[in-house]
Amino acid sequence: MAESGKRAKGARGSAAERSEDAAGRLAVRKTYKLYLGGAFPRSESGRSYPVTSAKGDHLANAAAASRKDARDAVVAARAAFGGWSSRTGYNRGQILYRVAEMMEGRRAQFTAEIAAADGISRTRAESMVSAAIDRWVYYAGWTDKFIQVIGATNPVSGPYFNSSSPEPTGVVAVIAPPEAPLLGLVSVLAPVIATGNTAVVVASERAPLPAVTLAEVLATSDLPGGVVNILTGRLHELAPHLAAHADVNALDLTGAGELAAGLEEDAAQTLKRVLRPSGDIDWAADPGISWMTPFLEVKTVWHPIGV
Amino acid sequence: MPEQIFEYAPAPESRAVVSLRSCYEPYIDGEFAPAKSGEYLTTVNPADEEPLAEVAVSGEADVDRAVAAARRAFDTVWSAMPGAERGKYLFRIARILQERSRELAVLETLDNGKPVKETRDSDLPLAAAHFFYHAGWADKLPYAGLGPEPRPLGVAAQVIPWNFPLLMLAWKIAPALATGNTVVLKPAETTPLSAMLFAEICQEAELPRGVVNIVPGAGETGRALVGHPGADKVAFTGSTEVGREIARAVAGTGKRLTLELGGKGANIVYDDAALDQAVEGIVTGIFFNQGHVCCAGSRLLVQESIAEELLPRLKARIERLRLGDPLDKNTDIGAINSAAQLGRIRDLAGTGTEEGATAWSPACELPERGYWFPPTVFTGVSQAHRIAREEIFGPVLSVLTFRTPDEAVTKANNTPYGLSAGVWTEKGSRMLWTAERLRAGVVWSNTFNKLDPASPFGGYKESGYGREGGRHGLEAYLG
Repeated sequence: MAESGKRAKGARGSAAERSEDAAGRLAVRKTYKLYLGGAFPRSESGRSYPVTSAKGDHLANAAAASRKDARDAVVAARAAFGGWSSRTGYNRGQILYRVAEMMEGRRAQFTAEIAAADGISRTRAESMVSAAIDRWVYYAGWTDKFIQVIGATNPVSGPYFNSSSPEPTGVVAVIAPPEAPLLGLVSVLAPVIATGNTAVVVASERAPLPAVTLAEVLATSDLPGGVVNILTGRLHELAPHLAAHADVNALDLTGAGELAAGLEEDAAQTLKRVLRPSGDIDWAADPGISWMTPFLEVKTVWHPIGV
Repeated sequence: MPEQIFEYAPAPESRAVVSLRSCYEPYIDGEFAPAKSGEYLTTVNPADEEPLAEVAVSGEADVDRAVAAARRAFDTVWSAMPGAERGKYLFRIARILQERSRELAVLETLDNGKPVKETRDSDLPLAAAHFFYHAGWADKLPYAGLGPEPRPLGVAAQVIPWNFPLLMLAWKIAPALATGNTVVLKPAETTPLSAMLFAEICQEAELPRGVVNIVPGAGETGRALVGHPGADKVAFTGSTEVGREIARAVAGTGKRLTLELGGKGANIVYDDAALDQAVEGIVTGIFFNQGHVCCAGSRLLVQESIAEELLPRLKARIERLRLGDPLDKNTDIGAINSAAQLGRIRDLAGTGTEEGATAWSPACELPERGYWFPPTVFTGVSQAHRIAREEIFGPVLSVLTFRTPDEAVTKANNTPYGLSAGVWTEKGSRMLWTAERLRAGVVWSNTFNKLDPASPFGGYKESGYGREGGRHGLEAYLG
């Protein structure tokens, strides 16, 4: 691989690993892999790419997912959709809250990864991690409320019961924002699965390591395998396949950057729902319901009233 | 067939209530002005192929003028007008539609070919109700649950189909205007007349000029309109193929888009259903409006154990349907809207027989002139047949069977479409179980093809996105 030349450069490892080094023991490094159907495979292509810190130091080799990996992820997400969407909101809320609990336990690791990736202070990184954890708590609370808030009973002009409820759209491909590798990722992923969708996420290409660590959290939070699938790799390679894939129902282009217009066009063939936020997003702001509604379908059921 | 108890005497509605102009020009900035394109098409009565009127084919220059007029009206009058005042214009329009409903019903039947019984009892009351309903929203938008200060988007480019010309116009224009947007609307090539009469109603209501603009035409006019850089919002009802084309054209422009596209609705009849009611529902589901309905129940899924009992009852009911003069008040099945649509229905129905399904139609005489297709039921249909997969948009029903509720749901959902579905059962828990699993935007249980301005309508999957009607429908026009 052409990129492999860059890998020799720089000291590898997170702050946690370095502290172990200081104790004189050789650290056991982590292999950063994909998260597909609840398992952690390497890319079927055997490829990886070097991930560097904001300062240019080599941090790790992340898997460079292939088109086949993306398709496998869609298969896993589709298989998980029936079960996940039919869980009660209460149950999904319990699981999302569990994700927050598990993240709390890995706070140090997330903080180190974000500080290294974004070149920010430990304090600033910590506050981002806190916000990301709190975002899971926020959406854990929405799971059994959004139907009431977004649904309606409709007063039709006739003897009919008529009610509208939002339902999850299906499999959502999420292009995570590159600039906010943890808080941004959680902010786009949590609303998608809170309402019962399943997700195929393309992590920040620049800073994929927090996404892989998040996958390790998800895998230990009672989240069924396949509900979230996380791909690391080259966005321009992966995104067009997901945008055109006929078994993907919706596309979140938050992190698509200049690829967005082309991806939106690719998505038109299968009439995907497309979310394309405009302008800079303040990830610290109250997200409200605006990140959930693009991936909901309103179903209206009629029934006659009579004796 | 049992002996007829009595004959129906002809009961034609008088067409004297309609005074057609010989030629209709685009309605732009409050006036009918000659089309710059200089092109015209003839709209005909599909029941007898007689020409009704010449109608302009708006060109790019006409669309340009219309969008500019709508922009001006948005900037100077409409978006700043208090909601209560906007609402009063819509109330006025609703009232005029009610007052002129007979005229519009007859005109719609002439131009479209659908029975006057339907235009009179369905299209017109629903169109008026749609304006009345949305009129009341105009000053209550902060309570719609779409944020404390919902804002209109600007100029809405709207393209509507020929199956419910005036009703689809109402579905598009009423919510757009209530939310403070202005409109450029293109009616369908084969059914422009009720939209042109609606333009006169806008004048009669003294709606400020430019708030509503009507640009008749065909595909090219529609393309120019949805592709116009001055449009902030595109709303389309029509085929899934054209929907894809529009989604591609709009991609990357930042325009808001809602699409209401095709369907292949499954109508599921369980073994405990009230059969007489189910038969009525199946007939309404597929033969209402000659089956020119995107939410038609075109796939009947009947539980195997009752298929032998249900099908003879269904056929006996279909034999009682009266096909013929759409202006006759006793007519159930009118004309197919156009020669082109008749060709499509014939082609697809032809594949049904070729692929091995069995066609049945009642003994029924088709008029010699005009575009006609008899009610048709295909049995022995498999999921692989084109008549089970593709939207026919005509009076053609495909019958499939199932054994278990799981199988019914799997077959119902085995389509790229997801607009409507029906469930017939006397058991409440089974109805709710089924409705929950159907991937469709509208589920009619123990009824079919019911529409109401307060009830959101729209599809899952390739049947499009966005909702029309109800609180949810407002979202499409607010930012």
